[in-house]
Amino acid sequence: MKIWQALKEAISSLTANKTRSFLTVLGIVIGVGAVIGVLSLGQGAEASIIGQIESIGTNVIYVFRGNTSEDVTNPNSLTTADADALANRTRAPHILNISPVLAGQSSVRFGDESAQTSIMGVVENYAEVTDIGLSEGSFFTESHLTNRSSVVVLGPKLAERLTGRQTELVGTTVHINNYPFRVVGITKAKGGNQFSSPDMDAYIPITAMQLRVKRQSVPNAVDFLLIQAQDSQSIDDAMQEAKNILRTSHRLSSRQPDDFTMTNQQDVLSIANSITSILTIFLAGIAGISLLVGGIGIMNIMLVSVTERTREIGLRKALGARKFDIQLQFLTESAMLSVFGGLIGIGFGWLLGEIVGAIAANSGTPLVPQISLNSVLLATLFSLAVGIFFGWYPALRAANMEPVEALRYE
Amino acid sequence: MELNPQAVRPVIDVRSLTKDYYIGEIVVPALRGIDIQIFPGEMVAVMGPSGSGKSTLMNMIGCLDSPTSGEYYLDSLLVSDLHDDELAIVRNQKIGFVFQKYNLLPRVDAIENVALPLRYSDDTSNMRQRAEAALESVGLGDRMHHKPNELSGGQQQRVAIARALVNQPAILLADEPTGNLDSQSGKEVMELLLKLNQQQNTTIVLVTHDPIVAGNAQRIVQLFDGLIKTPEVVS
Repeated sequence: MKIWQALKEAISSLTANKTRSFLTVLGIVIGVGAVIGVLSLGQGAEASIIGQIESIGTNVIYVFRGNTSEDVTNPNSLTTADADALANRTRAPHILNISPVLAGQSSVRFGDESAQTSIMGVVENYAEVTDIGLSEGSFFTESHLTNRSSVVVLGPKLAERLTGRQTELVGTTVHINNYPFRVVGITKAKGGNQFSSPDMDAYIPITAMQLRVKRQSVPNAVDFLLIQAQDSQSIDDAMQEAKNILRTSHRLSSRQPDDFTMTNQQDVLSIANSITSILTIFLAGIAGISLLVGGIGIMNIMLVSVTERTREIGLRKALGARKFDIQLQFLTESAMLSVFGGLIGIGFGWLLGEIVGAIAANSGTPLVPQISLNSVLLATLFSLAVGIFFGWYPALRAANMEPVEALRYE
Repeated sequence: MELNPQAVRPVIDVRSLTKDYYIGEIVVPALRGIDIQIFPGEMVAVMGPSGSGKSTLMNMIGCLDSPTSGEYYLDSLLVSDLHDDELAIVRNQKIGFVFQKYNLLPRVDAIENVALPLRYSDDTSNMRQRAEAALESVGLGDRMHHKPNELSGGQQQRVAIARALVNQPAILLADEPTGNLDSQSGKEVMELLLKLNQQQNTTIVLVTHDPIVAGNAQRIVQLFDGLIKTPEVVS
């Protein structure tokens, strides 16, 4: 028997029993739907997390004080002097920009409105290093830095919160830690979540930060350094150069471990990536169990169907059907059931992802479910495999029936 | 038509055929050494009481089961030691079955039922035309698209006969073909079988309880306890 004939017969036999076929398929629909839904949400979550991390800026290396993986006592503070040392084109050709950051919490007040938020003491390079754009005005300049000027660049959310608007704010005055600061610019919105967003930050010259907001016991100490590499390929070189320079300026002997820690955007990205993919695989695996249950449902119904059609099998054998013909007939039926279920399940999973995505968007978390062609193909092939795997035994049982006994079956 | 059995090779040639069934450890001999020769164009009735082995003999002749010992030549081919799949091909090409309970597929119409053996054959060309021709030859040219439940018992049995004929087999095996029919339909079915035998020279082997049905045959084979009693010529 040709395969297209088997397909035709399978359609006729499955449509003869519509309710049963539908109920049998339901298990596969739910299984595939759950897998596709989880995969689409997982991929959406991954894209959303990567987007947030990348919003901080690419090719950026973070340098923190201290080293938790080695035994380091009394690590040197990172200072603006370290930043100056790193800005050495001959020793560090792969480093493009450096920005030391002195960060602290403080109140920002405009008129009667005030907010407790992160104040970032940075240098003029910071806008370039973190790829922060300005929607209005400009970032502060080197002369603001040397003059310890009281100027501030506000995040758009912070501006909105304080003044109720995001535009026409250049030239107004806000009070940070009760010192008046003149607004020189507003940054572009970058997103993020309600817990941490650069849109709620305020940026002031690091010199003004040291003077008016966060006095340091160690002069010129900063919280961390941001280093921008030339491009993503030169990150490793830039890290090596930065390490050598910092070891020299911290006067570390060759036996002493680093008293600072470096990490880069790529590391953070790959950690986030592996966390989301592990979660996705784990959840999809759990969802896959329901696919297994669906497969067992198909096997059960196929066994019932084989028993019900014992006489038909005997007749077909009497008329010249070989074992292979009978096996093909029943395998086609089970495979068709599960592939059909799989296709409906893909639609169902897509719907599930969209619904969860909409709920997440309503509660303020941007999550756009993504269904890749790969996951659709995988789901289709997997449901085909489920149909063949769970249809194999019933089909074999049908194929191995003795024609005489099958014909005699009542 | 006059036959000279000596000049023609038999289409069915069964020699010392035995068949044992096993019920647990107990051996039940169903056939205990059968010799039959049936020649092309013959119509032979197999009779015998229940348990005499006539169903077993039919299964052997129909290649649905393999004998325990002995030889069976069908159309000069030794089929008694063929494998399952080879037997399936023999059944498809050389044997047409007519069952007591018609055994039509309920989901499909008459023409699809008749075409079913063609689906399992190598030659799948012109399936519809060949099935239509077979249905017309049993007088059901106007019932081609009726499903079995839209046909009377006699009509269903005629569809089954058309299905048996569609591959132009060497023999037609009919197992109580009138057993489920009222006397009028039974008569019509028997007339059809006789017509096929006489006009188209179809070899027919008929299993029946009914002496009137058996009386249509040229020869009656009486089975008793797995052995042939005495072959008697009727007409």
